[in-house]
Amino acid sequence: MHQVWFSLPAQSLSGNGSGSTSIFAPAGSPAHSIFDLSMLVLAICTAIFLTVGGLLLYVLVRYRHRANDANAAQEPPQIYGSTQIELSWTVIPILIVVMLFLATARIIFATQDHPRPADALDVTVIGHQFWWEYRYPQLGIVTANELHVPVSDPHHPTPTYLTMSSADTDHSFWVPRLAGKTDLIPNRINTMWIDPQSAGLYLGQCAQYCGTQHAKMLLRVYADSPADFAAWVASQQRPAVEDPSVAAGLAVFQHNACISCHTVAGTVATGRFGPDLTHLASRDTIASGSVPNTPANLRAFVQDPANFKPGALMPPMHLNDHDLDAVTAYLMSLK
Amino acid sequence: MATQATPNLSQPAGSEHTAPRRIWVEVLHDWVTTVDHKKIGLMYIGYALVFLVIAGFEALLMRVQLSLPNNHFVSPQVFNQLFTMHGTTMVFFVGMPILFGFGNYLIPLMIGARDMAFPRLNAFSFWISAFGGLLLYFSYLGASGLSGAGSAPDVGWWAYAPLTARAFSPGHSTDYWTLAILLSGIGTIGTAVNIVATTICMRCPGMKLNRMPLLVWLYLVMSCLVFVTISPLTAAQIMLMLDRYLGSHFFDTQAGGSAVLWMHFFWIFGHPEVYVLVLPAFGFANEIIPVFSRKAIFGYPAMVAASVGIGFISLSVWAHHMFTVGMTSGANTFFTLATMAISVPTGIKIFNWLATLWGGKIHFTASMMFAIGFLFQFLIAGLTGIMLSVAPFDWQLGGSYFVVAHFHYVLVGAILFMLFSAFYYWFPKMSGRMLSEKLGKWHFWLFLIGFHVTFDLMHIPGLEGMPRRIYTYEADRGWMMWNMAISCGAVIQTVATLLFVYNMIWSYFKGPVAGPDPWDAWTLEWSTTSPPPQYNFAETPTVESRRPLWDLKHPLDPDSHYE
Repeated sequence: MHQVWFSLPAQSLSGNGSGSTSIFAPAGSPAHSIFDLSMLVLAICTAIFLTVGGLLLYVLVRYRHRANDANAAQEPPQIYGSTQIELSWTVIPILIVVMLFLATARIIFATQDHPRPADALDVTVIGHQFWWEYRYPQLGIVTANELHVPVSDPHHPTPTYLTMSSADTDHSFWVPRLAGKTDLIPNRINTMWIDPQSAGLYLGQCAQYCGTQHAKMLLRVYADSPADFAAWVASQQRPAVEDPSVAAGLAVFQHNACISCHTVAGTVATGRFGPDLTHLASRDTIASGSVPNTPANLRAFVQDPANFKPGALMPPMHLNDHDLDAVTAYLMSLK
Repeated sequence: MATQATPNLSQPAGSEHTAPRRIWVEVLHDWVTTVDHKKIGLMYIGYALVFLVIAGFEALLMRVQLSLPNNHFVSPQVFNQLFTMHGTTMVFFVGMPILFGFGNYLIPLMIGARDMAFPRLNAFSFWISAFGGLLLYFSYLGASGLSGAGSAPDVGWWAYAPLTARAFSPGHSTDYWTLAILLSGIGTIGTAVNIVATTICMRCPGMKLNRMPLLVWLYLVMSCLVFVTISPLTAAQIMLMLDRYLGSHFFDTQAGGSAVLWMHFFWIFGHPEVYVLVLPAFGFANEIIPVFSRKAIFGYPAMVAASVGIGFISLSVWAHHMFTVGMTSGANTFFTLATMAISVPTGIKIFNWLATLWGGKIHFTASMMFAIGFLFQFLIAGLTGIMLSVAPFDWQLGGSYFVVAHFHYVLVGAILFMLFSAFYYWFPKMSGRMLSEKLGKWHFWLFLIGFHVTFDLMHIPGLEGMPRRIYTYEADRGWMMWNMAISCGAVIQTVATLLFVYNMIWSYFKGPVAGPDPWDAWTLEWSTTSPPPQYNFAETPTVESRRPLWDLKHPLDPDSHYE
């Protein structure tokens, strides 16, 4: 306990821990340019704070009422104002504002109106209560909650462009180390781009209150090396595994309400309210990133999603132990 | 009412022995039917303090839940209700009523008037606002129908569409929220009308606009802002009700409505609302800082210009709450500039307060200590505000705990500190008795420590990626230590607030008698008894400068020579 207590803050401040979501550990161009800008803003604000705060402290000490002063009872000289002084503390802040504004405008335009390279990857992101749907129109892949994108070499950038909307309420896509957040709003298309420059896992979570389980709508972005990404694409493009040893589980799956909400490509399951399960077993986590994808966790989730996510829209399936084991085995076969 | 034989200060002391002791029904009847601006002001303050304690308790429950990751102290449903009720209560049923309470009490006294311009409207506004607050909390009992269990609203205080649509918010909790805001809005507009009419029409002879106390100026600007901001909010609430019950589709995205439209409606209210709350706090500072520095306010015309400037600019900054909704780069640039521009008049105010302190003789009373706390904290809140105005920085910080820390710095660090300062300053006028200075200083230091532990540290998890409005968080993010410390700070603030409540009750009965002018102050309210008689002034005062009592006390060197 004590170890966790002291090691986590140090780890998160340095930004190098596996769980880091610090905006001061940028790993992509948009996050980098925001980081640089934020350092400028922080420096200016710190300077203003030290100047004004210092003056205030000085005034409080220098002009405090001293009871044992000879003329303590006398009122101090009354000064009503000064146009020159008013002007100076109007003009100087205006100059600072103009400077800050120009620096900011540059980054706004550079990020939002960034020219799109021809070989950028497109991903459609759809927010749901309380999970993420990812569709790769160029590659014919549909997946959920774990976004895989290629690493982008700064010399030959291959950014990923996210086209975003929502199936229900407002959500917001925020992976602090890669970029600022962009909202996913129903009836509206937003776009943003990310270009992670080193391979790894980048975490984040929904940043716009979207309902009961807003807290457990976690984001996982895997930046894969070109070879890894190609392998992942190939595996996701394959049809669902058909393993005869889990036929009992397949039957449970197909004879229950599972198929009204979930898709397993190539089967009768074509529902779209819940995450696509075609390659469920290839994911590291379930329940939108909130628990590791182990048979025990999956079984507990199917039995009653409220075990991990109270308020999740998936109902408890009321399966008996035999069916639960069978359907868990089936789902774990969907590599 | 006037015909009742009510004992008050205006009568000779002996009459209390002859007048029969009133039974509680008569006292109650007196308060419920009153149209006296002072009594209405006190009722505003009283009901806001009750809601302050309730909403503070809600905050405390949230902090217990967040002190550890994956905590199960409250369920996500309850947590979402807590932050919705906390935010709604604090803004609509604490912040505005308590400021209107002070305004109601002080404005007629400061401008030498007998009462507000429309005393009956005043009473109506109070009661309709109070009814709104009760309606909001009735949702805990009756939001699912009288026979069902209650459920408080859980859509957040800004209630973004389409979460408020019936598809996502069945039951009536959202309706109670809508109705509560609607009623509070009617009351707010009524009082704002009253304040504007009072300041324009009821000033005593000699009190030209440029001699009006700055507090009254700020209430005037604030009331004008109320017209422009509460109206769209009220319109949006009506549209939302139409959506929910009459089949319109303004915000119903499933039928082609626009979620962004609601955001515009809400924030054209929501951002000027911050200034509606903070301008009166500036007003308190403009009265209290000069008195305890023993100097006239520095740059009165600049202070008025800055206040009016803030009022206007604040109407063009609302979409900085929407930097992440996918506006064009041009729109983001505009709202960055507008938001940064507001720091110029705000800076002017801080510099003028500084110049008022400069060369003075600063008396560190409890009231002044809270005012100085306000100055420091408002400076920091302004600077984090500049950071958030930088749209790209906001793409990271918006919707995170950094924002929560920033606006609590404004609402608690600036406004609540200035409110405490105002309580220590005007409580003697309102009750006739001084608050205990010793308890006041304990209150100040405890609250200061609790405040900084909570809200300084709260910036950090925001920088580390912690979004707001989550009922729990992952253990591997490194947010635990900060959250634990933040929660401890909340406990310290609670203790300090209880001390303040105790101080008010104790001092009301046992505090030293204040006399008409305990602070040797300069504005008209100190020229009458404490508490003032029902008619305020035995004869209508006439003023010749901004500080009429200074002129009286220094007949050889009056302000009127210099203005």
